[in-house]
Amino acid sequence: MMDPPGVPAALQVLLIAALVLPAAGAVVVALLPTRLDRGARVVATVFAAVTFVATLLLALPSSRDVGWTDYSASGAVPVVPWAEVQAPWVPSLGIEFHLGVDGVSYPLVVLTGLLTLLCCAYTVWKVPAGGSGRTLAALLLVLEVGILGTFLALDLVLFFVFFEVVLLPMYAVIAGWGGADRRRAARKFVLYTLFGSVLLLLGVFTVVVAAGTGDLLALAGGYGLSRTTQQVAFALFAVAFAVKAPLWPLHTWLPDAHTEAPTVGSVILAGVLLKMGTYGLIRVGVGVAPEGAAWAAPVLGVLAAAAIIAGSLVCLRQTELKRLIAYSSVGHMGFVLLGIATLTVTGVQAALIGNVAHGVITGLLFFLAGAIKDRAHTGDLGALGGLRETAPRLAGLLGFAAIASLGLPGLAGFWGEAFAVVAAVERGGALWITLAVVAAIGGALTAAYFMRLLRRVTHGPATEAVTGFPAISRPEWIAWAPLVLLALAVGLVPALVLAATADPVAALTGALR
Amino acid sequence: MTQAVNHVALLPLYAAAGTALLVLVADLAFARFQVLAGILGSIGTAVCALAVPGRPSTFCSGDLCSWITTPRAALTTVIFAALTAGVLALSTPALRMGLAPRGEFSFLLTCSMTGGVVVAYAGDLITLIVGLETLTLPLYVLVGLRRVRGSRAGTSAAVTFFLVSVVSTAVALLGAALLYAATGALHLSALTVGSGEFRSLAAVGAAMVVVGFAFKVAAVPLHAWAPATYDGAPVPVAAYLSTASKLGGVLALAAVVQRLDTGPLVAVLAVLTMTVGNLVALRQTRMVRLLAWSSVAQAGYIIAPLAAGAVGIDAALAYAVFFVALEFLAFSVITAFRAPGTDGGDLDDYRGAGRRNRWLAAAFVLAVAGLAGLPPGLAGLFAKVAIVQSLISANWGWLAGVVAINAVIALAYYVRAAALLYTAPDPVGVHLTGPVQAGPVAVADPDLLRAATHPRIAVARPVAAAIAVAAVVTVVLGFAPQAIFDFLNG
Repeated sequence: MMDPPGVPAALQVLLIAALVLPAAGAVVVALLPTRLDRGARVVATVFAAVTFVATLLLALPSSRDVGWTDYSASGAVPVVPWAEVQAPWVPSLGIEFHLGVDGVSYPLVVLTGLLTLLCCAYTVWKVPAGGSGRTLAALLLVLEVGILGTFLALDLVLFFVFFEVVLLPMYAVIAGWGGADRRRAARKFVLYTLFGSVLLLLGVFTVVVAAGTGDLLALAGGYGLSRTTQQVAFALFAVAFAVKAPLWPLHTWLPDAHTEAPTVGSVILAGVLLKMGTYGLIRVGVGVAPEGAAWAAPVLGVLAAAAIIAGSLVCLRQTELKRLIAYSSVGHMGFVLLGIATLTVTGVQAALIGNVAHGVITGLLFFLAGAIKDRAHTGDLGALGGLRETAPRLAGLLGFAAIASLGLPGLAGFWGEAFAVVAAVERGGALWITLAVVAAIGGALTAAYFMRLLRRVTHGPATEAVTGFPAISRPEWIAWAPLVLLALAVGLVPALVLAATADPVAALTGALR
Repeated sequence: MTQAVNHVALLPLYAAAGTALLVLVADLAFARFQVLAGILGSIGTAVCALAVPGRPSTFCSGDLCSWITTPRAALTTVIFAALTAGVLALSTPALRMGLAPRGEFSFLLTCSMTGGVVVAYAGDLITLIVGLETLTLPLYVLVGLRRVRGSRAGTSAAVTFFLVSVVSTAVALLGAALLYAATGALHLSALTVGSGEFRSLAAVGAAMVVVGFAFKVAAVPLHAWAPATYDGAPVPVAAYLSTASKLGGVLALAAVVQRLDTGPLVAVLAVLTMTVGNLVALRQTRMVRLLAWSSVAQAGYIIAPLAAGAVGIDAALAYAVFFVALEFLAFSVITAFRAPGTDGGDLDDYRGAGRRNRWLAAAFVLAVAGLAGLPPGLAGLFAKVAIVQSLISANWGWLAGVVAINAVIALAYYVRAAALLYTAPDPVGVHLTGPVQAGPVAVADPDLLRAATHPRIAVARPVAAAIAVAAVVTVVLGFAPQAIFDFLNG
């Protein structure tokens, strides 16, 4: 194992532990005998909790000076992760086991740890119909390995390997514990996303073969790849990540998957799995092929604006609760992608905070939608109504989450959306100003459909479906409270997410100027 | 002229042939222990292959040798031996029930292994073809070797296989003859594209050799025999056909494409094979047929990098090695799920099987995920990565794209097969048609009835051992694929 200079051993151990712990947890849980189902879920939660602590501790002070700037010939600031660990794995395929964490990935890593913990804890309390809770908990831990690995990987091929890890477990979660039409939805999900990831594979090797290395640190800024190579690679990356994110018009797998997935599946899917797409676009797409990104930026921007409008318009006519939230994700991801497409520091930072905010808020929204559907046995907006009368607390939380999601200043959703628009204006030129205006209109539409949702669900006379709701149980409070607090905290102190992003983002986008 | 023979180099061959003899003697002398002798002999063969020191060659004239020891040859010998031992273990329950004569079965299988060893070490075209025939000949008999009354599937499968295979061998031999006539070279390291007026003759010869070998790997359009033969054969024999026999064909193809200009032909074969295999597999309703068509498609992935010539060989062989492990695992699970002597059955027969046999189903998921190239089947993922990397670095990017698209198509049926194991089975009962009764009428507690009609399968110990070893090998290969690449490069 190579020893990266200046990284304390403790941090290196933590990086490995963040992947080994959930993997070991999944194995242990799968090996426990069937009759210990509840015990197994508790064990899974313990493993998830320890992993979460490990991800938190990755922010331990590193003796490596993050502000260290070595102005190389190109004048670009190199990306220096504050913790990394490196070992050869499969030299023949150019795969290094190279992990690291910096300001761009750290918030997403912590969010992954948190959401997995919350979902495992939720599973202890309630197992959706379909299969054993033990298997579900094990699958959640496997998903965590894949997602954390994707965020931590600093090797392009390793990134791809982890990107693939989540595919089948997520399929199993949807197909095993989902709603009535789960098999079709799961199949659609897995085929769509595999299509994305084979394009990623082609892009990865287009770059690795041309550059002779897969080291994302070395590749950041283009690595002197030819313009054609960068354009081909970025085109492949963009489509690959656009499927995952998802970007309109490649989003059609998302509503089905969300509608059918069990609550915990939806939370993980919306909360962190989609982020693999946007994170990949920033780290791999923009980072490795900046010239390609500059070349394709207008197209991405137009598609992002179209996604915002399309998502909002569809939401205005949705009649199913989970489907509406799913489509709202398409709109929100549109804002994130618009931020990335501007290729400015402001834009990318807006994308990063938009990512985290969407993960927190939509995670919460799916928890709430799941709770409402479990109680009312329907997600039809026509059948729901008057929730305020029968379950005021649940209605209040739903109102909070909806308002956070539509981007009220002071709550987490605001920063990402507002600054994506600001970045587009800053970028200037007729196209980007138009896109900014379109996105702003989309933001207004977002407010409109969330208001419509609240009017339908919480206000009005109580319908039959919402009567006799049991109160919010303690496990539900435990699962939701951290998300509520985070939505507030990130909204009030955006620096929580953005504190350490300036340098790496400047390094990733720097090659353009 | 006398030739000095290096017997150390021939040690693996002696061990393999000795195994066949040992089985024969055990059968004649004791009328028992045949399977055990076969398994022990296979292990011995593998040990011999690994123990041969240095890189001795023999049957040389000048620099050109007909028997060449390389790490690659040792690795493939180990694989042939392991597959033979594994298939013997899988066949144990059927042999115990007397569904096939034990002595003959074990003898033929070990003979086939001997052919595999010859293919692995072959240094010239004739040795290669002889080895390939020795590998295949016993299989004609094995496919039909079943004492089941009223079942003609085995016999007709054997005849199909025999006819197609004989024709392909004739084509390959004719090709070799043309090559020799045009270039005067038979040794693999001396094959050339020819020169002058003989160039086109050599090209025809090369194409015929490739076509002949493509029959063995069941490449489209030379694949029609495979699904019928796999489905008609006993499941363990089908396992051997789709692994060892295919590996033999791949080795042979790899040996000839490296010096001959066959890129376009191989590329066309590869594209057709993977696309047709995958598309037809989508519509299959029988388990073994589905795996058969999938293995046709997999052959397409394997030969794709061979289109790039010598630079693609390592990737092709690496894919073949990973594929063989995964395919064997899949077939061994099928064997365990089915009663001895029965065929693979319909896909619907597997509905809900995973709920009764967790570990078998987990092994199947591992195998199928690997074949689809996805984690947890990491071995399959690295196989796919190796192919794509080799194609892109050889400037065959479009072929890599075709491989990638095919991987998506393939996932559709792999996922279907694996998910079926976990689907809730249809409720047991009597279906009444009528306006009132929509669903089945439960005649008793449906769960109890289901448990009575679909008991948990007791897996015979040798079969369980084979599955466990295959699963462990697959997992280890998934985490340490570099070992295989080192062997192939070495």
